Amino acid sequence: MKLRPFRLAVLGLSLLIPAALCAVVLFLVIYSGQAIFFNGLHFLTQISWNLGDMYSDPVTVRGVQVPSGANYGILVFIVGTLASSAIAILIAVPLAMGAAIFLAEVVSPKIRPILSMLVELIAVVPSVVFGLWGIAVLVPLIGHYLAPNGSGYGLLAASIVLALMITPIIASTLLDALLQVPRENRESAFALGATHFEVVTKAMMPMVRTTLIGGIVLALGRALGETMAVLMVSGGGLNILPTSLFSPISTIASFVAGQLDSAQTDSTNMSVRALSEIALVLFFITLGVNACAKLLSTGALRVRKRA
Amino acid sequence: MSASALKSPRSAHELRRIITSQIGWALCGIGLLLVIAPLLDIVGVVAWRGLSAFSWHLFTENTTGPNGGLLNAIEGTLLITLFAMLIAIPLGVGAGIHLSEYGKNRLGSVIRFMSDTLTGTPSIVLGYFSYIVMIIGFGWGFSLIAAAITLAILIVPYLARITELSLQQVPNTMREAAYALGAKDSTVVFKVVLPAAASGVITGALLALAISVGETAPLIYTAGWSNYGWSGHFTHSPVGYLTYVIWTFIDQPDAKSHALAFAAAFLVMMVVLAINIGVRLTVRRTKFN
Repeated sequence: MKLRPFRLAVLGLSLLIPAALCAVVLFLVIYSGQAIFFNGLHFLTQISWNLGDMYSDPVTVRGVQVPSGANYGILVFIVGTLASSAIAILIAVPLAMGAAIFLAEVVSPKIRPILSMLVELIAVVPSVVFGLWGIAVLVPLIGHYLAPNGSGYGLLAASIVLALMITPIIASTLLDALLQVPRENRESAFALGATHFEVVTKAMMPMVRTTLIGGIVLALGRALGETMAVLMVSGGGLNILPTSLFSPISTIASFVAGQLDSAQTDSTNMSVRALSEIALVLFFITLGVNACAKLLSTGALRVRKRA
Repeated sequence: MSASALKSPRSAHELRRIITSQIGWALCGIGLLLVIAPLLDIVGVVAWRGLSAFSWHLFTENTTGPNGGLLNAIEGTLLITLFAMLIAIPLGVGAGIHLSEYGKNRLGSVIRFMSDTLTGTPSIVLGYFSYIVMIIGFGWGFSLIAAAITLAILIVPYLARITELSLQQVPNTMREAAYALGAKDSTVVFKVVLPAAASGVITGALLALAISVGETAPLIYTAGWSNYGWSGHFTHSPVGYLTYVIWTFIDQPDAKSHALAFAAAFLVMMVVLAINIGVRLTVRRTKFN
């Protein structure tokens, strides 16, 4: 075979992407090695996150130097991440379905591009701006009208902001799918005497169900990894499991983002390693969720071709 | 059957179906309203409070505190974005060329899958990776180059996929015609395919630019923060950036800090929205997602 320098060059460039991904996983694993060894499985099941006494001499536990009294458990953050994402999905799915159905069936094709552009624009607003809006508008609203203790920061605020951020992902996936439903299917449902709304709910929605679920899982992946907006409105709960919608929480991502100072002051570097272990956990959670979304969306394609 | 026979009174069942449908449509409409209203509110609130905080000294003074301006943050955001794009565009477009032109095989699908995985990785994880590798490992300290590389890792897979999509839309007959004239691989790509797909590639680069201007999480652990303008060093010298001002100054108790946060948010939001609206208006028919 002839040597083709240009092809080799662009191949080299595109191999940088897998290389970067592998480097991310590899270095997070290597760096968190000692922490994984020190924490064991308690890491995932313990509630208390304690950096230990940074000013006294470090102690050696199981051959690893740690600040005395240090204990790293991330159950609180796992629960915070899952709870806020789950509630966000519960809020976002009905809203996104309503919006997509309305856009696909009621709005005239002339103004549909404008409205669907508005929906897509929500997805590009930087998350720190969402957080700012959350602090300035949403948190006072919740604190004034809903929260018993008068503080709006917490699980509900985080979930609502997350819901707003992921709604456009679900809505635009569903809108695209609804617009692709073959004319014949709609017309046969109409011919059976179904009302327009019944055509949508009973004939069209079942056809796009898999695509919808794929969109929801994709949105879940985004919600789990969302950092800044959650960091700003979640109240930064630590060492206590959330008990109500108004409890302060931390998610895995927001906790990592907020821990820069403690990472810098620990002379044994153990907290940096533990944070690296958290980042690794977050990486694998989102990897799993995104892989599910991918599988679902390729499955959806197969169904549509057969139909 | 005459037309009047069809107008027989509706049965209770029929009536219930019609009412259910009406309620259903109303709920869907409310759903759309609830999705769009917060966007308008966000834009409105940020624009109103951001504009009322505007003055010339925002652009002439450094961000030394509540009484300062935003000069070094604006400069930092521009520099980080500029260097991130300088790194990312050649890599991303090159990778896109490979995926589109020579990537119809198993290796290509593996790269595509890994690229999508990297896009789906939370940006804070990438930021933390850069922290342990570049800041601690290489000993660069908080620095411009670490921030730019981190953002580049974030946007390269995105650029690669958009480049691939737009190159795919160039008809194969154009490639065949060029090859038939005896053109080399690089001539075909640079003189025929890329120019034909230029608008798509430029669109991708602009959207990537918007992403890097609005990102915060990957910069916390890489850029650090500085009260002063860029020192001219790529390493060992932290840089300020606009999104940092937003999330830290809003936590301060005084109104002047809040005003600065809103002014910074206004600048960031305007850049991001202007790019996205501009791109969507010019490339109506093509969808990049």
